[in-house]
Amino acid sequence: MEIKALLIIAVNAIFIYNFVLSRFLGICPYIGVSKNIDSAIGMGFAVVFVMTLASMATWLIDFYLLRPTESNIFYILFNFKEPPDLMYLKTIAFILVIASLVQFVEMVIQKMSPGLYKSLGIYLPLITTNCAILGVTLINLDANYSFIASIVHGFTAGLGFTLALVLMAGIRENLDMAPVPKPLKGAPIAFIMASLMSIAFLGFSGLKIG
Amino acid sequence: MSISKELFKGFYKENPVFRLALGLCPTLAVSNSVQNAVGMGAAVTFVLICSNVIVSMIRHGVPKKIRIPIYIVVIATFVTIVDLVMAGFAPALHKSLGIFVPLIVVNCIILGRAEAFAGKNNVGRSFIDGLGMGIGFTLALMALAIVRELLGDGKLWGIPVLSSGYEPVLIFILPPGAFLTLGLFLGFFNWLDIKMQK
Repeated sequence: MEIKALLIIAVNAIFIYNFVLSRFLGICPYIGVSKNIDSAIGMGFAVVFVMTLASMATWLIDFYLLRPTESNIFYILFNFKEPPDLMYLKTIAFILVIASLVQFVEMVIQKMSPGLYKSLGIYLPLITTNCAILGVTLINLDANYSFIASIVHGFTAGLGFTLALVLMAGIRENLDMAPVPKPLKGAPIAFIMASLMSIAFLGFSGLKIG
Repeated sequence: MSISKELFKGFYKENPVFRLALGLCPTLAVSNSVQNAVGMGAAVTFVLICSNVIVSMIRHGVPKKIRIPIYIVVIATFVTIVDLVMAGFAPALHKSLGIFVPLIVVNCIILGRAEAFAGKNNVGRSFIDGLGMGIGFTLALMALAIVRELLGDGKLWGIPVLSSGYEPVLIFILPPGAFLTLGLFLGFFNWLDIKMQK
């Protein structure tokens, strides 16, 4: 895989198809954890970490366990006449892998930095049901990325998510002082801000690369 | 609580999208046309009812510590069923919903209802709760989709309804329109709340 193709994947994932602002994945943490910059950065890096690991793990599972190819482990082990097609199990297999990964990351953060663990609070277990993580693995599968490309896509998609999250947190810290009409306080104004940011990110779709 | 109250609470008082702010990713993504919204709503309602019933049936046998992974496996099973059935019988819809069909698995509404309701109530009530919440979700999706498709495309259910002189506001079917419409809807419901309290 040449560097140029990987670069295109990276720019696409961060700017053009930004996970939050263009693909609508990971909206819950985007609105929930964007109240201050510190927890936004913490959440962002937790997501980058889990996304990269999840891309790696699900690619291996897809290639060696699910896909009907010569390298399928069941085909090699049990001497089937034809490689078994287990693709219909992808949703269940992927979500289980992601759930255990999140549990693992949670334990690591709890040990390494209790302060961060406290501020992320309930959002860490919620990464399991963060559709961005399962989304990135399914997109890897649909796009037929190679192992390296999957990892790059997972990592940069996480960076794109972090970028959107941190930008939003910066705006919302200042928004507290703004005279927002009472019914729009909180989530509604956050969505309207997201709309404006999304318009700005639409500008990147004019970017012609490759 | 009576059965009808259990059913109707999902429509307005505890509407999953507008009130509890759950399941927002698919709400934003597939509300660009009424057809997509109804298809998604039906899929989610089916999964919600089935998972609620099963979770309620097994609630006494499930150890507390590993209940979440078990619930997720139950939900993922039904999502796989929906995914395969939709790919077989409605391929066009399956294609336009894209990865949001398998992503029903991580829709917080479904796990949320399993944890908050079905894990504590009997089968009948869980069924009603799933049905009510599913319909509430579908209604919310449709409300957003009607606004977005009408303004952004001049159509409803794929049929042109506005006169040919109408210039579609394209931004409404693009991502920014989704955020804007949902923000204004949430604001409207907050405003309604404030009005009613007075």
